[in-house]
Amino acid sequence: MRVRVEGLSKTFLDRRGHEIEALHDVSLTLEGGEFVTVLGPSGCGKSTLLHILAGLLPPTRGRVVFDDVPDGARVSSVVFQEHALFPWRTVLGNVAFGPEVRGVPAPEREARARRLVELVGLQGFEDRYPRELSGGMRQRAAIARALAVEPALLLMDEPFSALDAQSRSLMQFELLGLWERTRLSILYVTHQIQEAVLLGDRVVVMTRRPGRVLTVRPVGLSRPRDEQTLLTPAFAALVDECWQLIKQDARAALVDA
Amino acid sequence: MPDRVVLYEAAPGMHAGRHRLAGLASVLGLLLVWEGLSRVGWVPPLFLPPPSSVLVEAGRMLMSGELVRHLAVSLLRIGLGFVLGAASGTAVGLVLGASRLAEAVGNPLIAATYPIPKIALLPLMVLWLGIGEAPKVAMIALGVFFPVAINTYAGVRDTETLMVKAATSLGASRSQVLTKVVLPSALPVILAGYRLGAGVALLLVVSAEMINATAGIGFLILHAGDLMLTAKLVVGLVVLSLLGLASTWGLRAVEGYLVPWRDDFRS
Repeated sequence: MRVRVEGLSKTFLDRRGHEIEALHDVSLTLEGGEFVTVLGPSGCGKSTLLHILAGLLPPTRGRVVFDDVPDGARVSSVVFQEHALFPWRTVLGNVAFGPEVRGVPAPEREARARRLVELVGLQGFEDRYPRELSGGMRQRAAIARALAVEPALLLMDEPFSALDAQSRSLMQFELLGLWERTRLSILYVTHQIQEAVLLGDRVVVMTRRPGRVLTVRPVGLSRPRDEQTLLTPAFAALVDECWQLIKQDARAALVDA
Repeated sequence: MPDRVVLYEAAPGMHAGRHRLAGLASVLGLLLVWEGLSRVGWVPPLFLPPPSSVLVEAGRMLMSGELVRHLAVSLLRIGLGFVLGAASGTAVGLVLGASRLAEAVGNPLIAATYPIPKIALLPLMVLWLGIGEAPKVAMIALGVFFPVAINTYAGVRDTETLMVKAATSLGASRSQVLTKVVLPSALPVILAGYRLGAGVALLLVVSAEMINATAGIGFLILHAGDLMLTAKLVVGLVVLSLLGLASTWGLRAVEGYLVPWRDDFRS
Protein backbone atom coordinates (compact mmCIF):
# COMPACT_ATOMS: atom_id res chain seq x y z
CA MET A 1 0.00 0.00 0.00
CA ARG A 2 1.18 3.50 -0.80
CA VAL A 3 -0.55 6.86 -0.61
CA ARG A 4 0.46 9.58 -3.04
CA VAL A 5 -0.67 13.12 -2.30
CA GLU A 6 -0.05 15.18 -5.42
CA GLY A 7 -0.28 18.95 -5.64
CA LEU A 8 -3.19 19.40 -3.25
CA SER A 9 -4.61 22.90 -2.90
CA LYS A 10 -7.76 23.93 -1.09
CA THR A 11 -9.42 27.32 -1.23
CA PHE A 12 -12.34 28.26 0.99
CA LEU A 13 -14.68 31.22 0.72
CA ASP A 14 -15.06 33.09 3.99
CA ARG A 15 -18.30 34.78 5.07
CA ARG A 16 -17.57 37.93 3.10
CA GLY A 17 -16.87 35.88 -0.01
CA HIS A 18 -13.10 36.37 0.10
CA GLU A 19 -10.99 33.45 -1.00
CA ILE A 20 -8.80 31.90 1.69
CA GLU A 21 -6.17 29.44 0.61
CA ALA A 22 -5.87 26.80 3.32
CA LEU A 23 -3.53 24.46 1.46
CA HIS A 24 -1.09 25.29 -1.32
CA ASP A 25 0.46 22.63 -3.54
CA VAL A 26 0.96 19.97 -0.89
CA SER A 27 2.66 16.80 -2.09
CA LEU A 28 3.88 13.84 -0.06
CA THR A 29 4.07 10.08 -0.21
CA LEU A 30 3.25 7.65 2.57
CA GLU A 31 4.60 4.13 2.44
CA GLY A 32 2.71 1.17 3.83
CA GLY A 33 3.33 0.59 7.54
CA GLU A 34 4.74 4.06 8.03
CA PHE A 35 3.86 6.39 10.91
CA VAL A 36 3.92 9.94 9.58
CA THR A 37 3.17 12.95 11.74
CA VAL A 38 2.08 16.30 10.35
CA LEU A 39 3.24 19.20 12.49
CA GLY A 40 2.18 22.79 12.14
CA PRO A 41 0.90 25.80 14.05
CA SER A 42 -2.83 26.47 14.20
CA GLY A 43 -4.18 27.58 10.86
CA CYS A 44 -1.67 25.65 8.77
CA GLY A 45 -4.36 23.58 7.10
CA LYS A 46 -3.26 20.27 8.60
CA SER A 47 -6.83 19.35 9.54
CA THR A 48 -7.94 20.32 6.03
CA LEU A 49 -5.32 17.97 4.62
CA LEU A 50 -6.58 15.16 6.84
CA HIS A 51 -10.21 15.77 5.85
CA ILE A 52 -9.27 15.62 2.17
CA LEU A 53 -7.42 12.34 2.72
CA ALA A 54 -10.48 11.00 4.57
CA GLY A 55 -12.68 11.72 1.57
CA LEU A 56 -14.74 14.18 3.59
CA LEU A 57 -13.67 17.28 1.66
CA PRO A 58 -12.91 17.60 -2.06
CA PRO A 59 -9.67 19.48 -2.88
CA THR A 60 -9.69 22.52 -5.16
CA ARG A 61 -6.69 21.20 -7.09
CA GLY A 62 -4.55 18.08 -7.01
CA ARG A 63 -5.31 14.45 -6.21
CA VAL A 64 -4.83 11.66 -3.69
CA VAL A 65 -4.00 8.18 -4.96
CA PHE A 66 -4.07 5.00 -2.89
CA ASP A 67 -1.99 2.27 -4.56
CA ASP A 68 -2.40 -1.44 -3.82
CA VAL A 69 -5.20 -1.25 -1.27
CA PRO A 70 -5.85 -4.79 0.08
CA ASP A 71 -9.17 -6.39 -0.85
CA GLY A 72 -12.02 -5.62 1.54
CA ALA A 73 -10.13 -2.82 3.26
CA ARG A 74 -11.43 0.70 3.38
CA VAL A 75 -8.91 3.24 2.11
CA SER A 76 -8.97 5.28 5.29
CA SER A 77 -10.79 5.99 8.53
CA VAL A 78 -10.48 8.78 11.05
CA VAL A 79 -9.96 9.26 14.78
CA PHE A 80 -11.19 12.78 15.46
CA GLN A 81 -10.02 15.42 17.90
CA GLU A 82 -13.05 15.07 20.10
CA HIS A 83 -14.01 11.46 20.47
CA ALA A 84 -17.02 11.67 18.12
CA LEU A 85 -18.37 8.36 19.42
CA PHE A 86 -22.10 7.85 18.94
CA PRO A 87 -23.56 8.51 22.40
CA TRP A 88 -26.54 6.22 21.69
CA ARG A 89 -24.33 3.19 21.08
CA THR A 90 -22.33 1.18 23.56
CA VAL A 91 -18.58 0.72 23.10
CA LEU A 92 -19.23 -2.52 21.22
CA GLY A 93 -21.97 -0.91 19.12
CA ASN A 94 -19.68 1.96 18.22
CA VAL A 95 -16.83 -0.33 17.21
CA ALA A 96 -19.19 -2.48 15.14
CA PHE A 97 -20.64 0.53 13.30
CA GLY A 98 -18.26 0.47 10.33
CA PRO A 99 -18.65 -3.25 9.58
CA GLU A 100 -22.42 -2.86 10.13
CA VAL A 101 -22.89 -0.17 7.47
CA ARG A 102 -20.68 -2.14 5.11
CA GLY A 103 -22.94 -5.17 5.43
CA VAL A 104 -20.76 -7.50 7.50
CA PRO A 105 -23.03 -10.15 9.09
CA ALA A 106 -23.84 -9.61 12.77
CA PRO A 107 -21.88 -12.51 14.34
CA GLU A 108 -18.78 -11.68 12.33
CA ARG A 109 -18.83 -7.97 13.09
CA GLU A 110 -19.40 -8.62 16.77
CA ALA A 111 -16.45 -10.98 16.90
CA ARG A 112 -14.34 -8.40 15.11
CA ALA A 113 -15.53 -5.64 17.46
CA ARG A 114 -14.70 -7.75 20.52
CA ARG A 115 -11.22 -8.44 19.18
CA LEU A 116 -10.57 -4.73 18.66
CA VAL A 117 -12.02 -3.74 22.03
CA GLU A 118 -9.49 -6.11 23.53
CA LEU A 119 -6.69 -4.76 21.33
CA VAL A 120 -7.20 -1.25 22.73
CA GLY A 121 -7.55 -2.56 26.29
CA LEU A 122 -11.25 -1.92 26.84
CA GLN A 123 -12.35 -5.46 27.68
CA GLY A 124 -15.01 -5.34 30.38
CA PHE A 125 -16.36 -2.03 29.07
CA GLU A 126 -18.11 -3.40 25.95
CA ASP A 127 -21.58 -2.52 27.18
CA ARG A 128 -20.82 0.94 28.55
CA TYR A 129 -22.09 4.08 26.89
CA PRO A 130 -19.53 6.76 25.95
CA ARG A 131 -20.69 9.10 28.73
CA GLU A 132 -19.72 6.41 31.24
CA LEU A 133 -16.08 6.41 30.05
CA SER A 134 -13.11 8.66 30.79
CA GLY A 135 -11.62 10.77 28.01
CA GLY A 136 -8.76 8.34 27.46
CA MET A 137 -11.09 5.35 27.27
CA ARG A 138 -13.32 7.16 24.80
CA GLN A 139 -10.36 7.77 22.51
CA ARG A 140 -9.37 4.11 22.78
CA ALA A 141 -12.91 3.18 21.71
CA ALA A 142 -12.66 5.70 18.86
CA ILE A 143 -9.40 4.06 17.72
CA ALA A 144 -10.99 0.60 17.85
CA ARG A 145 -13.95 1.91 15.85
CA ALA A 146 -11.67 3.36 13.18
CA LEU A 147 -9.67 0.10 12.99
CA ALA A 148 -12.83 -2.01 12.58
CA VAL A 149 -13.13 -1.07 8.90
CA GLU A 150 -9.56 -2.34 8.34
CA PRO A 151 -8.33 0.94 6.88
CA ALA A 152 -5.32 0.98 4.58
CA LEU A 153 -4.49 4.33 6.21
CA LEU A 154 -5.48 5.43 9.71
CA LEU A 155 -5.95 9.20 9.96
CA MET A 156 -5.63 10.79 13.38
CA ASP A 157 -6.62 14.42 13.91
CA GLU A 158 -5.00 15.57 17.18
CA PRO A 159 -6.73 12.64 18.88
CA PHE A 160 -5.31 13.25 22.36
CA SER A 161 -5.40 17.04 22.46
CA ALA A 162 -8.56 17.13 24.58
CA LEU A 163 -7.03 14.89 27.25
CA ASP A 164 -5.19 16.05 30.35
CA ALA A 165 -1.40 16.00 30.10
CA GLN A 166 -0.88 12.71 31.94
CA SER A 167 -3.57 10.80 30.04
CA ARG A 168 -2.20 12.23 26.81
CA SER A 169 1.30 10.97 27.60
CA LEU A 170 0.00 7.51 28.51
CA MET A 171 -2.11 7.32 25.37
CA GLN A 172 0.86 8.26 23.20
CA PHE A 173 2.80 5.26 24.48
CA GLU A 174 -0.27 3.03 24.11
CA LEU A 175 -0.58 4.14 20.51
CA LEU A 176 3.10 3.35 19.96
CA GLY A 177 2.54 -0.11 21.41
CA LEU A 178 -0.50 -0.62 19.20
CA TRP A 179 1.49 0.46 16.16
CA GLU A 180 4.35 -1.91 17.02
CA ARG A 181 1.85 -4.79 17.14
CA THR A 182 -0.11 -3.89 14.01
CA ARG A 183 2.30 -1.88 11.81
CA LEU A 184 -0.56 0.23 10.55
CA SER A 185 -0.03 3.10 8.14
CA ILE A 186 -0.83 6.19 10.18
CA LEU A 187 -1.04 9.86 9.33
CA TYR A 188 -1.13 11.76 12.61
CA VAL A 189 -1.86 15.49 12.70
CA THR A 190 -0.69 17.52 15.71
CA HIS A 191 0.54 20.95 16.76
CA GLN A 192 2.61 19.44 19.57
CA ILE A 193 6.26 19.11 18.65
CA GLN A 194 7.22 16.47 21.22
CA GLU A 195 4.30 14.31 20.16
CA ALA A 196 5.17 14.64 16.46
CA VAL A 197 8.79 13.62 17.09
CA LEU A 198 8.02 10.85 19.59
CA LEU A 199 5.47 9.10 17.36
CA GLY A 200 6.58 9.62 13.79
CA ASP A 201 8.97 7.91 11.41
CA ARG A 202 8.91 11.23 9.57
CA VAL A 203 7.64 14.65 10.60
CA VAL A 204 5.99 16.71 7.89
CA VAL A 205 6.45 20.32 9.00
CA MET A 206 3.88 22.72 7.56
CA THR A 207 3.80 26.49 7.28
CA ARG A 208 1.00 28.82 8.20
CA ARG A 209 -1.70 29.97 5.81
CA PRO A 210 -1.55 28.97 3.08
CA GLY A 211 -0.42 25.59 4.35
CA ARG A 212 2.62 24.34 2.49
CA VAL A 213 5.07 21.56 3.26
CA LEU A 214 8.09 23.36 4.71
CA THR A 215 10.17 20.25 5.12
CA VAL A 216 9.88 16.54 5.78
CA ARG A 217 12.22 15.55 8.61
CA PRO A 218 13.04 11.84 9.09
CA VAL A 219 13.10 10.86 12.77
CA GLY A 220 16.06 8.58 13.32
CA LEU A 221 15.12 7.54 16.86
CA SER A 222 15.24 3.79 17.32
CA ARG A 223 12.07 1.75 17.91
CA PRO A 224 10.40 0.59 20.00
CA ARG A 225 10.26 3.97 21.69
CA ASP A 226 9.34 4.43 25.34
CA GLU A 227 9.66 6.92 28.20
CA GLN A 228 13.45 6.71 27.93
CA THR A 229 13.25 8.05 24.38
CA LEU A 230 12.04 11.37 25.78
CA LEU A 231 15.27 11.72 27.77
CA THR A 232 17.74 11.18 24.90
CA PRO A 233 19.76 14.12 23.49
CA ALA A 234 18.74 13.07 19.98
CA PHE A 235 15.07 13.56 20.90
CA ALA A 236 15.74 16.98 22.42
CA ALA A 237 17.75 18.05 19.38
CA LEU A 238 14.96 17.02 16.98
CA VAL A 239 12.33 18.81 19.05
CA ASP A 240 14.45 21.96 19.06
CA GLU A 241 15.04 21.71 15.33
CA CYS A 242 11.31 21.50 14.65
CA TRP A 243 10.61 24.35 17.04
CA GLN A 244 13.09 26.59 15.22
CA LEU A 245 11.27 25.75 11.98
CA ILE A 246 7.79 26.67 13.15
CA LYS A 247 8.61 29.34 15.75
CA GLN A 248 8.03 32.26 13.40
CA ASP A 249 4.69 30.91 12.24
CA ALA A 250 3.56 30.02 15.76
CA ARG A 251 4.29 33.61 16.87
CA ALA A 252 2.30 34.94 13.92
CA ALA A 253 -0.59 32.62 14.77
CA LEU A 254 -0.62 34.05 18.28
CA VAL A 255 -1.05 37.61 16.99
CA ASP A 256 -3.91 37.09 14.52
CA ALA A 257 -6.11 34.31 15.72
CA MET B 1 -11.84 36.99 64.74
CA PRO B 2 -13.48 33.64 65.42
CA ASP B 3 -10.85 30.94 65.64
CA ARG B 4 -12.94 28.51 63.69
CA VAL B 5 -15.30 28.96 60.76
CA VAL B 6 -17.55 26.06 59.89
CA LEU B 7 -18.53 26.59 56.27
CA TYR B 8 -20.45 23.35 55.89
CA GLU B 9 -21.53 20.80 58.38
CA ALA B 10 -22.75 17.57 56.84
CA ALA B 11 -26.20 16.90 58.20
CA PRO B 12 -28.95 14.50 57.27
CA GLY B 13 -30.99 16.59 54.85
CA MET B 14 -34.11 16.05 52.81
CA HIS B 15 -33.74 12.99 50.63
CA ALA B 16 -35.57 12.22 47.42
CA GLY B 17 -37.81 9.80 49.33
CA ARG B 18 -38.85 12.52 51.73
CA HIS B 19 -39.60 14.87 48.87
CA ARG B 20 -41.87 12.26 47.35
CA LEU B 21 -43.64 11.91 50.71
CA ALA B 22 -44.03 15.69 50.84
CA GLY B 23 -45.66 15.63 47.40
CA LEU B 24 -48.10 12.93 48.47
CA ALA B 25 -48.87 14.81 51.67
CA SER B 26 -49.69 18.01 49.77
CA VAL B 27 -52.25 16.22 47.58
CA LEU B 28 -53.79 14.46 50.58
CA GLY B 29 -53.82 17.75 52.49
CA LEU B 30 -55.70 19.52 49.73
CA LEU B 31 -58.32 16.71 49.61
CA LEU B 32 -58.73 16.84 53.40
CA VAL B 33 -59.18 20.63 53.49
CA TRP B 34 -61.66 20.39 50.61
CA GLU B 35 -63.61 17.61 52.38
CA GLY B 36 -63.59 19.57 55.62
CA LEU B 37 -64.84 22.79 54.04
CA SER B 38 -67.72 20.89 52.44
CA ARG B 39 -68.63 19.06 55.66
CA VAL B 40 -68.68 22.26 57.67
CA GLY B 41 -70.98 23.67 55.04
CA TRP B 42 -68.82 26.61 53.96
CA VAL B 43 -68.86 25.41 50.36
CA PRO B 44 -72.25 24.34 48.98
CA PRO B 45 -72.03 20.90 47.29
CA LEU B 46 -73.65 22.34 44.18
CA PHE B 47 -70.56 24.51 43.65
CA LEU B 48 -68.02 21.95 44.76
CA PRO B 49 -69.02 18.54 46.12
CA PRO B 50 -66.68 16.97 48.68
CA PRO B 51 -64.12 14.39 47.47
CA SER B 52 -66.09 11.63 49.19
CA SER B 53 -69.19 12.21 47.07
CA VAL B 54 -67.04 12.56 43.93
CA LEU B 55 -65.60 9.15 44.78
CA VAL B 56 -69.05 7.68 45.31
CA GLU B 57 -70.22 9.17 42.01
CA ALA B 58 -67.14 7.77 40.23
CA GLY B 59 -67.94 4.31 41.61
CA ARG B 60 -71.55 4.56 40.47
CA MET B 61 -70.49 5.68 36.96
CA LEU B 62 -67.96 2.87 36.77
CA MET B 63 -70.54 0.23 37.75
CA SER B 64 -73.13 1.53 35.29
CA GLY B 65 -70.58 1.54 32.47
CA GLU B 66 -71.19 5.22 31.79
CA LEU B 67 -67.59 6.23 32.58
CA VAL B 68 -66.07 3.48 30.47
CA ARG B 69 -68.27 4.37 27.51
CA HIS B 70 -67.29 8.05 27.50
CA LEU B 71 -63.65 7.27 28.20
CA ALA B 72 -63.48 4.74 25.36
CA VAL B 73 -64.91 7.24 22.88
CA SER B 74 -62.41 9.92 23.92
CA LEU B 75 -59.47 7.52 23.97
CA LEU B 76 -60.26 6.32 20.45
CA ARG B 77 -60.31 9.90 19.16
CA ILE B 78 -57.07 10.78 20.98
CA GLY B 79 -55.37 7.57 19.95
CA LEU B 80 -56.24 7.82 16.25
CA GLY B 81 -55.48 11.52 16.10
CA PHE B 82 -52.20 11.14 17.98
CA VAL B 83 -50.94 8.28 15.86
CA LEU B 84 -51.84 10.05 12.59
CA GLY B 85 -50.39 13.37 13.74
CA ALA B 86 -47.24 11.93 15.28
CA ALA B 87 -46.48 9.72 12.27
CA SER B 88 -47.00 12.48 9.70
CA GLY B 89 -45.25 15.06 11.91
CA THR B 90 -42.19 12.84 12.33
CA ALA B 91 -42.01 12.13 8.60
CA VAL B 92 -42.41 15.78 7.60
CA GLY B 93 -39.92 16.92 10.27
CA LEU B 94 -37.33 14.42 9.05
CA VAL B 95 -37.71 15.54 5.44
CA LEU B 96 -37.57 19.23 6.40
CA GLY B 97 -34.43 18.65 8.44
CA ALA B 98 -32.68 16.47 5.90
CA SER B 99 -33.32 18.39 2.68
CA ARG B 100 -32.56 22.05 2.10
CA LEU B 101 -35.13 22.26 -0.69
CA ALA B 102 -37.87 20.80 1.53
CA GLU B 103 -36.78 23.20 4.27
CA ALA B 104 -37.08 26.20 1.93
CA VAL B 105 -40.50 25.08 0.70
CA GLY B 106 -41.94 23.73 3.94
CA ASN B 107 -40.83 26.14 6.64
CA PRO B 108 -42.89 29.14 5.43
CA LEU B 109 -45.95 26.90 5.13
CA ILE B 110 -45.54 25.67 8.69
CA ALA B 111 -44.82 29.16 9.99
CA ALA B 112 -48.03 30.41 8.35
CA THR B 113 -50.34 27.62 9.54
CA TYR B 114 -48.88 26.83 12.97
CA PRO B 115 -50.29 29.90 14.79
CA ILE B 116 -53.92 29.00 13.92
CA PRO B 117 -55.55 27.61 17.06
CA LYS B 118 -56.47 24.14 15.87
CA ILE B 119 -59.93 24.23 17.45
CA ALA B 120 -60.76 26.99 14.93
CA LEU B 121 -60.33 24.40 12.18
CA LEU B 122 -63.18 22.25 13.48
CA PRO B 123 -65.93 23.95 11.38
CA LEU B 124 -63.79 23.55 8.26
CA MET B 125 -63.10 19.92 9.11
CA VAL B 126 -66.84 19.34 9.57
CA LEU B 127 -67.48 20.91 6.15
CA TRP B 128 -64.88 18.69 4.55
CA LEU B 129 -65.36 15.45 6.43
CA GLY B 130 -68.96 15.64 7.63
CA ILE B 131 -70.06 15.24 11.22
CA GLY B 132 -68.97 12.21 13.21
CA GLU B 133 -65.52 11.01 14.21
CA ALA B 134 -63.49 12.05 11.16
CA PRO B 135 -63.40 15.83 11.71
CA LYS B 136 -62.47 15.44 15.41
CA VAL B 137 -59.72 12.95 14.68
CA ALA B 138 -58.41 15.11 11.83
CA MET B 139 -58.30 18.19 14.05
CA ILE B 140 -56.46 16.33 16.83
CA ALA B 141 -54.04 14.93 14.25
CA LEU B 142 -53.33 18.47 13.04
CA GLY B 143 -52.80 19.64 16.60
CA VAL B 144 -50.30 16.84 17.26
CA PHE B 145 -48.66 17.25 13.86
CA PHE B 146 -47.19 20.71 14.50
CA PRO B 147 -45.26 20.25 17.75
CA VAL B 148 -44.00 16.86 16.53
CA ALA B 149 -42.93 18.18 13.10
CA ILE B 150 -41.25 21.25 14.61
CA ASN B 151 -39.41 19.24 17.27
CA THR B 152 -38.33 16.56 14.80
CA TYR B 153 -37.04 19.24 12.43
CA ALA B 154 -35.11 20.91 15.27
CA GLY B 155 -33.69 17.58 16.44
CA VAL B 156 -32.49 16.68 12.96
CA ARG B 157 -30.96 20.13 12.44
CA ASP B 158 -29.11 19.85 15.75
CA THR B 159 -27.33 16.64 14.75
CA GLU B 160 -23.63 17.28 15.28
CA THR B 161 -21.70 17.47 12.01
CA LEU B 162 -18.88 15.60 13.73
CA MET B 163 -21.19 12.56 14.16
CA VAL B 164 -22.14 12.71 10.49
CA LYS B 165 -18.47 13.02 9.48
CA ALA B 166 -17.52 10.07 11.68
CA ALA B 167 -20.24 7.89 10.14
CA THR B 168 -19.34 8.96 6.61
CA SER B 169 -15.65 8.25 7.18
CA LEU B 170 -16.62 4.74 8.32
CA GLY B 171 -18.43 4.14 5.06
CA ALA B 172 -22.06 4.98 5.87
CA SER B 173 -24.22 5.98 2.91
CA ARG B 174 -26.53 9.01 2.97
CA SER B 175 -29.56 6.93 3.93
CA GLN B 176 -27.54 5.06 6.58
CA VAL B 177 -26.44 8.39 8.04
CA LEU B 178 -30.11 9.36 8.23
CA THR B 179 -31.33 6.16 9.91
CA LYS B 180 -28.30 5.31 12.06
CA VAL B 181 -27.05 8.77 13.06
CA VAL B 182 -29.57 11.55 12.50
CA LEU B 183 -32.59 9.62 13.78
CA PRO B 184 -31.09 8.36 17.07
CA SER B 185 -29.43 11.71 17.65
CA ALA B 186 -32.76 13.50 17.21
CA LEU B 187 -34.79 10.90 19.13
CA PRO B 188 -34.84 12.65 22.54
CA VAL B 189 -36.13 15.87 20.95
CA ILE B 190 -38.67 13.94 18.85
CA LEU B 191 -39.99 12.22 21.98
CA ALA B 192 -40.28 15.60 23.72
CA GLY B 193 -42.42 16.61 20.73
CA TYR B 194 -44.64 13.58 21.36
CA ARG B 195 -45.14 14.69 24.96
CA LEU B 196 -46.17 18.17 23.80
CA GLY B 197 -48.44 16.57 21.20
CA ALA B 198 -50.13 14.38 23.81
CA GLY B 199 -51.00 17.48 25.83
CA VAL B 200 -52.44 19.18 22.75
CA ALA B 201 -54.48 16.05 21.92
CA LEU B 202 -56.10 16.07 25.35
CA LEU B 203 -56.94 19.77 25.05
CA LEU B 204 -58.43 19.35 21.59
CA VAL B 205 -60.48 16.23 22.29
CA VAL B 206 -62.23 17.96 25.20
CA SER B 207 -62.80 21.13 23.16
CA ALA B 208 -64.21 19.21 20.22
CA GLU B 209 -66.47 17.13 22.43
CA MET B 210 -67.84 20.25 24.07
CA ILE B 211 -68.68 21.79 20.70
CA ASN B 212 -70.09 18.88 18.80
CA ALA B 213 -70.49 15.41 20.29
CA THR B 214 -72.86 13.03 22.01
CA ALA B 215 -70.25 11.09 23.93
CA GLY B 216 -66.75 11.50 25.35
CA ILE B 217 -65.27 13.03 28.50
CA GLY B 218 -65.68 16.57 27.17
CA PHE B 219 -69.35 15.92 26.43
CA LEU B 220 -69.76 14.32 29.86
CA ILE B 221 -68.37 17.41 31.60
CA LEU B 222 -70.44 19.88 29.60
CA HIS B 223 -73.61 17.82 29.95
CA ALA B 224 -73.13 17.36 33.71
CA GLY B 225 -72.61 21.11 34.01
CA ASP B 226 -75.85 21.83 32.17
CA LEU B 227 -77.73 19.52 34.53
CA MET B 228 -75.85 20.91 37.57
CA LEU B 229 -74.59 17.41 38.42
CA THR B 230 -71.43 18.83 39.90
CA ALA B 231 -70.08 15.53 41.28
CA LYS B 232 -70.28 14.00 37.83
CA LEU B 233 -68.56 17.04 36.37
CA VAL B 234 -65.70 16.73 38.85
CA VAL B 235 -65.34 13.01 38.05
CA GLY B 236 -64.78 14.09 34.43
CA LEU B 237 -62.10 16.56 35.51
CA VAL B 238 -60.33 13.93 37.63
CA VAL B 239 -60.37 11.53 34.69
CA LEU B 240 -58.76 14.21 32.50
CA SER B 241 -56.09 14.80 35.11
CA LEU B 242 -55.36 11.07 35.28
CA LEU B 243 -55.27 10.85 31.47
CA GLY B 244 -52.71 13.63 31.32
CA LEU B 245 -50.58 12.01 34.01
CA ALA B 246 -50.82 8.59 32.37
CA SER B 247 -49.73 9.92 28.97
CA THR B 248 -46.77 11.75 30.50
CA TRP B 249 -45.67 8.72 32.51
CA GLY B 250 -46.23 6.38 29.58
CA LEU B 251 -44.16 8.51 27.22
CA ARG B 252 -41.42 8.87 29.83
CA ALA B 253 -41.28 5.10 30.16
CA VAL B 254 -41.00 4.83 26.37
CA GLU B 255 -38.24 7.43 26.49
CA GLY B 256 -36.37 5.55 29.19
CA TYR B 257 -36.56 2.43 27.05
CA LEU B 258 -35.64 4.03 23.73
CA VAL B 259 -33.06 6.52 25.02
CA PRO B 260 -31.08 4.56 27.59
CA TRP B 261 -27.88 6.49 26.82
CA ARG B 262 -29.21 9.63 28.49
CA ASP B 263 -29.67 9.75 32.23
CA ASP B 264 -30.69 13.35 32.75
CA PHE B 265 -34.41 13.29 32.01
CA ARG B 266 -35.36 11.64 35.27
CA SER B 267 -33.24 13.57 37.72
